[in-house]
Amino acid sequence: MDRFTKKQKKELKRIGIAFVLFVAMMIAEHTGVFPEEGAGRWLMLALYLVPYFIVGQDVVRKCFIGIKNRQLFDESFLMTVATVGAFGCGEFGEAVAVMLFYQIGEFFQGYAVGKSRGAITDLMSIAPDFANRESEDGSVETIDPDDIEVGDILVIKPGEKIPTDGTVTEGSGLVNTSALTGESVPRPVSEGSQVISGCINGESLLKIRAEKEYDDCTVSQILELVEEASSKKSVTENFITRFAHYYTPAVVIAAVILAFVPPLLSGHFAAEFGDWVLRACTFLVISCPCALVISVPLAFFGGIGAASRNGVLVKGSNYLELMANIDTLVSDKTGTLTEGKFKVAMVEAAEGYDTNEVLRYAAAAETGSTHPIAAAICEACEDPIAQSKIKDLLVTPGKGVTASAGRERITVGNRSFFETEGIEIPEAAADIAGTDCFVGKNGKYIGTIVVADAPKAGAKEAISEIKKAGVKNVVMLTGDSEDVASSVAASLGITDWRSGLLPQDKVKAVEEILERLRAQAGNGDRKRGRVAFAGDGINDAPVLSVSDVGIAMGSLGSDAAIEAADVVIMDDDLKRIPKVIAVARKTLGISKQNIVFALFVKFLCLALGAAGIANMWVAVFADVGVAVICILNSMRMLSR
Amino acid sequence: MKKKFKLIDLDCANCAAKMEEAIKKLDGVNDASVSFMTQKMMIDADDAVFDQVVQEAVKCIAKVEPDCQVVL
Repeated sequence: MDRFTKKQKKELKRIGIAFVLFVAMMIAEHTGVFPEEGAGRWLMLALYLVPYFIVGQDVVRKCFIGIKNRQLFDESFLMTVATVGAFGCGEFGEAVAVMLFYQIGEFFQGYAVGKSRGAITDLMSIAPDFANRESEDGSVETIDPDDIEVGDILVIKPGEKIPTDGTVTEGSGLVNTSALTGESVPRPVSEGSQVISGCINGESLLKIRAEKEYDDCTVSQILELVEEASSKKSVTENFITRFAHYYTPAVVIAAVILAFVPPLLSGHFAAEFGDWVLRACTFLVISCPCALVISVPLAFFGGIGAASRNGVLVKGSNYLELMANIDTLVSDKTGTLTEGKFKVAMVEAAEGYDTNEVLRYAAAAETGSTHPIAAAICEACEDPIAQSKIKDLLVTPGKGVTASAGRERITVGNRSFFETEGIEIPEAAADIAGTDCFVGKNGKYIGTIVVADAPKAGAKEAISEIKKAGVKNVVMLTGDSEDVASSVAASLGITDWRSGLLPQDKVKAVEEILERLRAQAGNGDRKRGRVAFAGDGINDAPVLSVSDVGIAMGSLGSDAAIEAADVVIMDDDLKRIPKVIAVARKTLGISKQNIVFALFVKFLCLALGAAGIANMWVAVFADVGVAVICILNSMRMLSR
Repeated sequence: MKKKFKLIDLDCANCAAKMEEAIKKLDGVNDASVSFMTQKMMIDADDAVFDQVVQEAVKCIAKVEPDCQVVL
């Protein structure tokens, strides 16, 4: 029974006792133990009031406090009035049943919501409980994470959570970042690596130097964001709030009219009044909008939870809603679709040489250079020529390098450099977008190395998944040349791109797309498709703000990106985007199902109630049963 | 100043919305939210009157849901 809180256990006990007494009374009533008239009737009322008060005392008490505080139209008030009305009309059994089932429903709602809340808080249980601080004399004390000061040396034992962001000063091993990124492969760290709070240390002992106070570290920021996410409400949630605001008073007024007007009009007021009051009470029971008020935010809360389990922070329900309606995804190229790092894409050797040789010579000449292209070539070379053999390095900035390795004289550089050096390049040079880097030996051309910023592994699949998820257009924006842009676009299956853009041009490009969508929707801003922008979040702040949803990629540990974006993808995996879209769609779908189902049942019961077909039993189902079904439906969001 | 408070036994979502509405109307409050899901209340109010606003907010909450407690 540990699953229930103390309060819940108490309620459960009351419901149980009241239920037994209620059933006993029902049997007694229908088997004719009580005489129909006179004192027996009063005895029956008194006996029915026992289970009524056992189960409903809180409701009645709250009702009176509500009246004192002028909080009419609140659930307790409505339920009390409805049940008292039923007692007044002599329907003792129904009065008790309404209260009983109302409380059963309330209990179940409380339990279900508590459970979902628990599921999500568990998910977000990335907050560290303590930190081990090492003093200068080498002793270790356990402190509260809030007491960590920048510069403290913290000891992290195997299996413990890293309490704040910092740098490893001692030890190496693997840390599990899955709670933050959804990535299951542990990340290797060693002396000098940055580690992020909330990750779990693997098998080895690490010592880190704290670089941030706990309040500023990644975990605190994430927790803050998730908690605030539910306060940025979606259009759907706002609709429900507004609806609830009018629905209850409207139904109550209708109930009052229903109780008085028809019997007055019929002319037999005294004879018919009781029947109409009973119908009015039916109205009151249906008048609570609980089903919607709880289940819709619960679905969004669950959706945000599901997204964060996939390593994506959605900063508000409204953004989740927008993600479900993306028409166009605009993406930055460098660092988002591509690695953002030069790599050797291709090596071509002239006749009589092999590609390995070309790389080796080129790497030899480039060893001293810090240029990104040089770094890429050196990284690609598997068996470099020993440093000691390389002499006479001469760098011509922006053009190329010459050097000697042993007795060979090596030239590496672009076309114009080769022209000045007087080395001829054959016509059949490589034709791949990127940067061509020619290699010569002893005054003769021996090959070409193509260095390019390669598309990310899995980027192509991610783009096709995004399209499959219902995004109509994927547009790539880049500051790079047309050649590079078209080749990257082709390899990723992107058909629409803009190249050679300055940062302000990117804003313009997004605005043009927005304009086009507005025109498509007949100039309506509300109904048009939505535009999302994905970038690394660092230099994109203006573009992130003009688009409907700003998505920042690879943002783990980057405060600026987390700040600027609406949706934050913790690692740099593009495949998280279609996943979030799917989560968003499911969330919206569930909310809509709940709204349609709840409203349909309620209005149907109101109509039947007014006609006298539906009694209070049906009304209780319309209220409590619908709420429970909607909550269960919303809880599906938690299971994924 | 902006501060968060934990709420205990906030049992109904509709009540949370009502509390939020009432607290937002208090003098000196810039923004406020009562989250049924996280069981938390956030108040953003002017520094000079902050403590007073919190007292008022606690009263608002007691009015809407008598069983609900604010952890100060």
